[in-house]
Amino acid sequence: MRKSKKSDKTKNVDQAKQTERLNKIDQIIDQYENKYKDSHKVLIELLQEILEEFDYVPEEALVRVSEKCQVPLSRLYSLATFYNSLRLEPVGKHHVCVCVGTTCHVNGATEIVENLERKLKVEPGHTTEDGNFTLETVNCLGVCARGPLVEIDGKYFSNMSPIKLNKILEKYENGKSN
Amino acid sequence: MKTENQIEIIDLEELKNEILSKRSLDQPTVIIAGGTCGFASGALEVIDAFRDELKKQNLDGEVVMKVTGCHGFCAIEPALIINPGNIFYSGVSAEDVGEIISETIINKKVIERLLYTDPDTGEKILHEEDIPFYKKQTRRLLANNTRIDPLNIEDYIAIDGYFALEKALSMGPDKILEVIKASGIRGRGGAGFPTNIKWEMTKKAQGDEKYIVCNADEGDPGAFMDRSILEGSPHSVIEGMTIGGFTIGARVGYIYIRKEYPLAIEHLRKALEQAHEYGFLGENILGTDFSFDIEIVRGAGAFICGEETNLLKSIEGAIVEARTKPPFPAIKGLWDSPTVLNNVKTLVSIPLIINNGAEWYSGIGTNTSKGTIIFALVGKVKNSGLIEVPMGMTLREIIYDIGGGIARGKKFKAVQTGGPSGGCLPESLLDMPVDYESLTKAGTIMGSGGMIVMDENTCMVEVARYFLTFTQDESCGKCTPCREGTKHMLDILTGITKGEGHEEDIAVLESMGSLIIDVSLCGLGKTAPKPALSTIKYFRDEYIEHIRNKKCPAKVCKALIKFSISEDKCTGCHLCFRNCPTQAVVGEAKKVHSITQEKCIKCGICHESCRFDAVRIE
Repeated sequence: MRKSKKSDKTKNVDQAKQTERLNKIDQIIDQYENKYKDSHKVLIELLQEILEEFDYVPEEALVRVSEKCQVPLSRLYSLATFYNSLRLEPVGKHHVCVCVGTTCHVNGATEIVENLERKLKVEPGHTTEDGNFTLETVNCLGVCARGPLVEIDGKYFSNMSPIKLNKILEKYENGKSN
Repeated sequence: MKTENQIEIIDLEELKNEILSKRSLDQPTVIIAGGTCGFASGALEVIDAFRDELKKQNLDGEVVMKVTGCHGFCAIEPALIINPGNIFYSGVSAEDVGEIISETIINKKVIERLLYTDPDTGEKILHEEDIPFYKKQTRRLLANNTRIDPLNIEDYIAIDGYFALEKALSMGPDKILEVIKASGIRGRGGAGFPTNIKWEMTKKAQGDEKYIVCNADEGDPGAFMDRSILEGSPHSVIEGMTIGGFTIGARVGYIYIRKEYPLAIEHLRKALEQAHEYGFLGENILGTDFSFDIEIVRGAGAFICGEETNLLKSIEGAIVEARTKPPFPAIKGLWDSPTVLNNVKTLVSIPLIINNGAEWYSGIGTNTSKGTIIFALVGKVKNSGLIEVPMGMTLREIIYDIGGGIARGKKFKAVQTGGPSGGCLPESLLDMPVDYESLTKAGTIMGSGGMIVMDENTCMVEVARYFLTFTQDESCGKCTPCREGTKHMLDILTGITKGEGHEEDIAVLESMGSLIIDVSLCGLGKTAPKPALSTIKYFRDEYIEHIRNKKCPAKVCKALIKFSISEDKCTGCHLCFRNCPTQAVVGEAKKVHSITQEKCIKCGICHESCRFDAVRIE
């Protein structure tokens, strides 16, 4: 809990933002219910839609889905933690994702991940203290012929090495938004 | 059944002719290899440059630009073809675009510099198909990737797209099954189950609803042909699936595709929209009483969902946990209804078989494995990319004739097939013809077609450890042998790579591995020990070297290697000093440097940064 007292004005802004979020969540759920009205529901698609909107799956979204779609919260939580890409924490400003598929691995992906862990001082799956980078690994992005591959904010960088990546990361460092 | 829609029904032949009549073969065309790998290597910048430059020179109406799927030879992208002339340029950058337009398109001159050079002969090669990488291939399933703009359904119709669907609808399910059976096609997902039997079982099974599901959850790290097909020819998948749906009596199909393939999802979505617009999907397809629709379900990054029963659970939104078979999905599948599951490559083969006939398909291949097979030929090989060859080609032909041999003059050590469910094969097996049976006999599997070449600098124990880390992490945890067994195997392998192995470890790995294979519930556990067992079988000496002598012959396992600087070669350029993250490198500029072992974390950065080959790994 934050200890500092917030002014009424900030509180109002926060509240407005929260309402907007909840509205967005409801909107996604309604669209989903509508889409699968006449057929079996595909729950994983709903979670993907939420992920796409917020870049993570917020707790309040799971609660809302549970209430509106009559799915036990425990099952939603179980699904959200089972799948690698359904993260429960928000991502930082820049999303750095290292492919650790077999080809990238034999070509040095481990060294790239270890170098990033040292440099950013976070483990894969976490965000740096300043909120600038989220480091993740992925099992394979299917660009094996050009590995090691690193994806930053959706852009692919091929034939990477620790030194090459260090240079690229400079452009994304705090204050040098890209 | 006559419907009102029938008035609007298109005559495919007429439509094709109309499309072709609008096109001229003489019109200058630039065909750019797109796809995720193309984009990762800079094709987007090249595309933008063409767009800008053509506009600037007022040529945007004259010159057609077509962005296709991946052409397969990923290592030399960005690549493009200029027509007329069929001129192939590789390694193109945005800076070359102006020159390509003025020299090749306008002045009809070839730019020598951008032609592919055969590394063995030094010869410049003008046409893509003459490059050694393509020469020995038989590209059937991948053919469309160089021919069509995947986002334009007219391109697909112009090459007889959806003709097979029309033909199949008039043939009827029984005749289709006959043709599929005669072709001898076996499931391309890896297990090689005859496709006709799967379809027939589902067709005969009792149930009001039936489903066809396309498994596009290409989870094997190292395989990317499904991605490439989905990006480059999404309509082929839709057409194959619709024929399958018609045959088994399904009204709905699902394509379960990895979220990690955003471009493939985008192309598939657009293709589905277009197929609807043209009446290839939806109600009363092509004027018949067959109605069918396809939905996309995005997988969320779980390897185990590539296994059929788990994939179906994932679509249902249930907790994914392995179950025993039978019942098979053909009897009790999605929402307990009869369901066919087919791999992307199986489905895109169907329209080809219907159009060209069973004999055309079975005309190549081996006795038991018909047709072509796609491999993702990657790793330490010179020419890496997607290849398609007749079943039965030897590993040596694939790796040396198509792949050009091992990169950087290194020595071949092993080739890995089948991903985390497969195994590593040594040099002595290189003359083995590749088909389902021979690979299984050798201790690996066909799998989804990843073929990762490893050289002397790849440690086989570490590779086994890597795969076990993967399967252990992806195990759903329901059955004990997989959950606990893979963990124990991983612990032992990790110990060996750290120099903490014991003599008896190998025997324990072998007995535990075969037990896990025997008693695990699903495909994940039943195959997870294979990477370890196959490396023990063929590379036992390497295990013994790690255990007995605490040495890693490939110089990979960090606990067993040491970095040092050669006094003869070090020029004192200071680069390693500047790059070392732990200040382990000491030395003044222009003087010989050295490494303080206590501080060295063996990250290899000094080795990477040294331009004089002075950093030794021992």
